[in-house]
Amino acid sequence: MTSSQYKVIGSRPLRPDGVDKVTGRAVYGADVKLPGMLHGKILRSPHAHARIVSIDVSAAQALPGVRAVVTARELPSVGDTVTDLGESVVNLRYMSNNILAHDKVLYHGHAIAAVAADNPHIAEEAARLIKVTYEVLPHVLDGRAAMAANAPILLPDLRTNELGKQGSSQTNVAEHIRHQRGDLAAGFAAADVIVEREFHTATVHQGYVEPHAAVALWNEDDQILVWCSTQGSFGVQEQMAELLQVPPSRVVVTPTEIGGGFGGKNSVYLEPVAALLSRKAGHRPVKMTMTRAEVLFGTGPTSGSYIRVKMGATRDGTLTAAEAEMIYEAGAFPGSPVGAGCGVLFGPYKLENVQVDGYDVVVNRPKSAAYRAPGGTNAAFAAEAVVDELTEKLGIDPIAFRLHNAVREGDRRADGPELPRIGFIETLEAARDHAHYSAPLPGKQRGRGVAAGFWFNWGGKSSASASVNADGTVNLVEGSTDIGGSRASLAMQLAETLGIPYADIRPQVVGTAGVGYNEGTYGSRTTFSTGWAVYELGKKILDEMRQRAATHWDVPVDGVTVQDGTFAHNGDSMSFRELAGQLEVPVSVSASVFPSGFGPSFAVHIVDVEVDVETGKVEILRYTAVQDVGKAIHPAYVEGQLQGGAAQGVGWALNEEYVYDDKGRLVNASLLDYRMPTALDLPMIDTVLVEVANPGHPYGVRGVGEVPIVPPAAALANAIYQATGVRMTELPMSPARVSAALLAAAVPA
Amino acid sequence: MPHDVWIPPVHRDLTHGVERVAVDGSTIGAVIEALDAQFPGLAARLTDGDRLRPGIAAAVNGVVASRGLRQKLTDASEIHFVPAMAGG
Repeated sequence: MTSSQYKVIGSRPLRPDGVDKVTGRAVYGADVKLPGMLHGKILRSPHAHARIVSIDVSAAQALPGVRAVVTARELPSVGDTVTDLGESVVNLRYMSNNILAHDKVLYHGHAIAAVAADNPHIAEEAARLIKVTYEVLPHVLDGRAAMAANAPILLPDLRTNELGKQGSSQTNVAEHIRHQRGDLAAGFAAADVIVEREFHTATVHQGYVEPHAAVALWNEDDQILVWCSTQGSFGVQEQMAELLQVPPSRVVVTPTEIGGGFGGKNSVYLEPVAALLSRKAGHRPVKMTMTRAEVLFGTGPTSGSYIRVKMGATRDGTLTAAEAEMIYEAGAFPGSPVGAGCGVLFGPYKLENVQVDGYDVVVNRPKSAAYRAPGGTNAAFAAEAVVDELTEKLGIDPIAFRLHNAVREGDRRADGPELPRIGFIETLEAARDHAHYSAPLPGKQRGRGVAAGFWFNWGGKSSASASVNADGTVNLVEGSTDIGGSRASLAMQLAETLGIPYADIRPQVVGTAGVGYNEGTYGSRTTFSTGWAVYELGKKILDEMRQRAATHWDVPVDGVTVQDGTFAHNGDSMSFRELAGQLEVPVSVSASVFPSGFGPSFAVHIVDVEVDVETGKVEILRYTAVQDVGKAIHPAYVEGQLQGGAAQGVGWALNEEYVYDDKGRLVNASLLDYRMPTALDLPMIDTVLVEVANPGHPYGVRGVGEVPIVPPAAALANAIYQATGVRMTELPMSPARVSAALLAAAVPA
Repeated sequence: MPHDVWIPPVHRDLTHGVERVAVDGSTIGAVIEALDAQFPGLAARLTDGDRLRPGIAAAVNGVVASRGLRQKLTDASEIHFVPAMAGG
């Protein structure tokens, strides 16, 4: 099907949830209020690493207005079970330990105990009255330091896992991944130019606007009802069931609207604690909301990392070998995105001789969580800077070099599998041909950088249901949290399939009690996978409606045709709406899918900067994001994804980082000191949508939300080099760090 | 109908360094059984009871197998065992 055949797909209608959101009527996590509701607060660790000797909650319990206090003792023993919980693999014992510390605190801000009281002020005061005696232990914040032989051990039972092969000794290295193909030594021997560099990236947070919030009610009949801000209600249900050791059917999760997640709202933090408090407080509902500081202290940032990259190429610009070592800080428990980073690193390039070693290392920082193309930004920052240096040494245009080495359909990823139809070549060509790439950039300390990025995307399980109303509208019931406009993108796909107007689809997002199983909104999967489910719904509705039309005309169903929402037979015809008004038996359908044909995405970003040599401040003058988006269902929202990803990447690149003191305490847990970009820091981010249809989807959809955060840091580093002649190898490239690098290189003002 | 199975680098200690192995099997599970017959210990690393170990995915002709060990293999296929991942 070509784009010209679409009537709805490719248009830019208003979003169904827009009015509620701009008028303040939309209900977010902190807006939920129930009769008799209590308020909960968490006590957090002041130490980076300490043994918990004792916890005395008597003073807190005695405070008037306090209804319950819980510690890890109230959490059931969940054993050493490793399981897939939607987004990632988790050891449930570690997850339980992160919810409320068991015997040790493993990072500054680690939750230890919680209080439910009549109001938040009493709960906060009571939390302060809990007396914890600690035996402070040595801490380690840096991944490489944690790998040293004499490093403090965080988890005494931890053994290194190598794709199922278990180590035998104590360690902080939770996992070692290796991708290896070809002959590395021969590849480097064939190279005329070799570049090897080391890179560091800081721990950064997803920075969603809405802090975590949840309300839980543990009923007298042992039903647990949860309302929360989450990327996936079924994921919350699964985690609650495992952590509290109750059947999943006993947990009903209703998602509220969400103020951003970016991967950080897949794991539970407050929900099980609120449920435990509810049960202990006499089955009263308990609301828990985090402050911004708590979000930074206690929820998953993404990993800081050390990456060493070595690449070689011949004089004609052909890559001959690539090697890398990647050490990602998982935080206090295993689970950094180093696996994805290993795949993203050399993802854009055709390589016959390649080796990547990745290490997932626990350190005394908050347990990392997914963050938009997890691990990808770190990886691209390193590899794309080395590619840039190769192009410079070879005297080859950066995009021409990438075109020469770019992966195409049938080429292998570093981890082995062949790529399906992808649009990297087309994306590079669009970047090369864009006016930005050839525009003059006069002035001192100004430079233009370019970088590419790859992301796998994901499919996953989705369900949806629909019913036809008498007025010809269709209720679409889906379970995918709407973060980036998926109500619209799904309604559009259903409207397209049915041949009726977009405005006639009424989408709503429901919880675990209202629709079949859905994985969360992550992995750039919703418009692809839930879109597949919605496409199937449309086909089922048309089949049923054809049957009804055949009954109406009293003819065989084979004789009834349907096109563009009109049913016809031998000169008779009825519109979808007319037929809906005459249904004797209602039409309602459901569909569940687990599609595997998700196609990878590629992006190329171009950025112009000006560097203030005296202060080290980097000003972005112009930014263009080019991306293969498969088929843009709603182009405006796809453009928004590109802009959002680039904006977050800019923050990661130039300013954001967790800062610790010498005792391992986080010292910048506020948005004043943890500096995210504002509208004043960013220029208009121009977008170019390259549409190479994904053959694995009926409308050509491929995920678009994650890959735009992969290239920005690398593109900015390459631009800074063009502006100053100094290669920045550490994130963030903050004014202080740039200034120091310029001074060290004696760059004149 | 032998499949082209790529042995993950960290498990080539069991295959004496061999990178690719041709084995028969009508499912991923059967392929792993056949591998284990040649290279004892591989099944223990790749499987946990009747499923692939959490964190491991099988890719068949470049596509992640949604049915794990029960994934049917109708034609000669290229099979990789890779770290499972989803995204943010």
